[in-house]
Amino acid sequence: MKTRIAILICALVLGLLLYVSLAHAEGPSARKDATAAPVVAHSHDADTMRVQGEQRYRANCGRCHAAPQKFPPRMMATVLRHMRVRATITDEDMRLVLFYMSQ
Amino acid sequence: MLFFSEKAGLRRRQRAVLPGRAGLSLPLCFALLCFTAVLAAAQSPDEEKPVPILTGSAGTFSFVTAGQQQLNAQINPVLLLPLGDHWLVESRAEFQGAFQRPPTGGPYAGPVGKNLDYLEADYIANPYLTVTMGRFLTPFGIFNERLYPIWIRSLQQDPLILPLSSESSDGMMLRGGFPASPQADLTYAVYVSAISTSHNNLQSQRNVGGRMSFFLPGPRIEIGASWQKLLQDTRTNAFGFHFAWLSSRLPLNVHSEYARSNQGSGYWIDGAYRLSQLHFWQKAMRRTEIAGRAEQFFSGSITPDEALALGLSPANTREGEFGLNYYLQDGLKVVGSYGRQFSSAGNQNLWSLGIAYRFLMPLGRVGAQ
Repeated sequence: MKTRIAILICALVLGLLLYVSLAHAEGPSARKDATAAPVVAHSHDADTMRVQGEQRYRANCGRCHAAPQKFPPRMMATVLRHMRVRATITDEDMRLVLFYMSQ
Repeated sequence: MLFFSEKAGLRRRQRAVLPGRAGLSLPLCFALLCFTAVLAAAQSPDEEKPVPILTGSAGTFSFVTAGQQQLNAQINPVLLLPLGDHWLVESRAEFQGAFQRPPTGGPYAGPVGKNLDYLEADYIANPYLTVTMGRFLTPFGIFNERLYPIWIRSLQQDPLILPLSSESSDGMMLRGGFPASPQADLTYAVYVSAISTSHNNLQSQRNVGGRMSFFLPGPRIEIGASWQKLLQDTRTNAFGFHFAWLSSRLPLNVHSEYARSNQGSGYWIDGAYRLSQLHFWQKAMRRTEIAGRAEQFFSGSITPDEALALGLSPANTREGEFGLNYYLQDGLKVVGSYGRQFSSAGNQNLWSLGIAYRFLMPLGRVGAQ
């Protein structure tokens, strides 16, 4: 009985989150990907972010495994979304690493 | 369920064989997920959108413990399926065979285990919160979640204290990380596992727990604590601490964990050092890594038979292990190690030799690199 209640609660939460995410997707910020690399206007900013991205890349990835090679941006976006969950990388670190790895 | 083979001494997670139709269901489910991922990729031509990926690891090892050889072959596919801007569905399965000669002689034989490690939907709600639902790896310490894959771990034997917490949980988890100050990031995970099942390849227990850690990006140090309470049977508590350090001056990586529950307690500390700073044979030395681990386990308030059934050592145990890894290329390494185990149940040597490979392939167009 308790298990059924727990499953029901999980299903309700899942439905609620789906509704919230769909509603969010229809809003003006719908195109902003939660794992998108930041857009940089100036080359100086880009250089700074690249340096920071490399530092975060070495500190976060190297903590568990040998730093991997670079992959195409679409693959890196997926890998970093996965690592954000698995290794609890912060949002800022993930964006900087993605920017570095996409260059 | 884990088991600790006292005769073979092999500490790797293994499950029983599922015969017939039940045994085929896991590969079929995984193939269906891959097919869905390919369809999803075909509908997302945007060059910046994340693409579904099939990754994972494969390896084969020879373990010799107290003179008895065991051959181990395994493949662990991981499917990553990003949906929209905030969702990720991910799954990892484990197919593992462990073969050894019977004591009476004859050909190698043994069980082939299939297991679903996780199948979860992650919703990135905001920069500070990710909601995970489904079957997920229990966030207790760092080994189970982050260091378990064979291409990541520097030594192939599981730590003695790994079975003290549950491997996978079925329920819901909230987790995230954010800068607590300019010098430290705070990460957290809290979870509820609502399903208790002893199905061969979907084992889990009802429990609740959490983990919190601080990461200092400057010195590259991570320190954290974990807690878990069982919500069934003995309703016992388990807690642990972990530590990780990546040196910025040396190619050195150090990890350590301590865990305690009514089933026992113990710690392990391991380090891996790349020989890239040596000035001779630099091409080969850059690819070579030496690793070492020291660990100790103290029996708890359970019987030796119960400990063996849980995958724990049946007696107080100390162990030291040294390994040599050679990276042939990114994601492909040859591994070898020697260890010595000291226990009141008997001392023994532990040898291992094998190869581990990490594969990664997109399930859709990725465009130019």
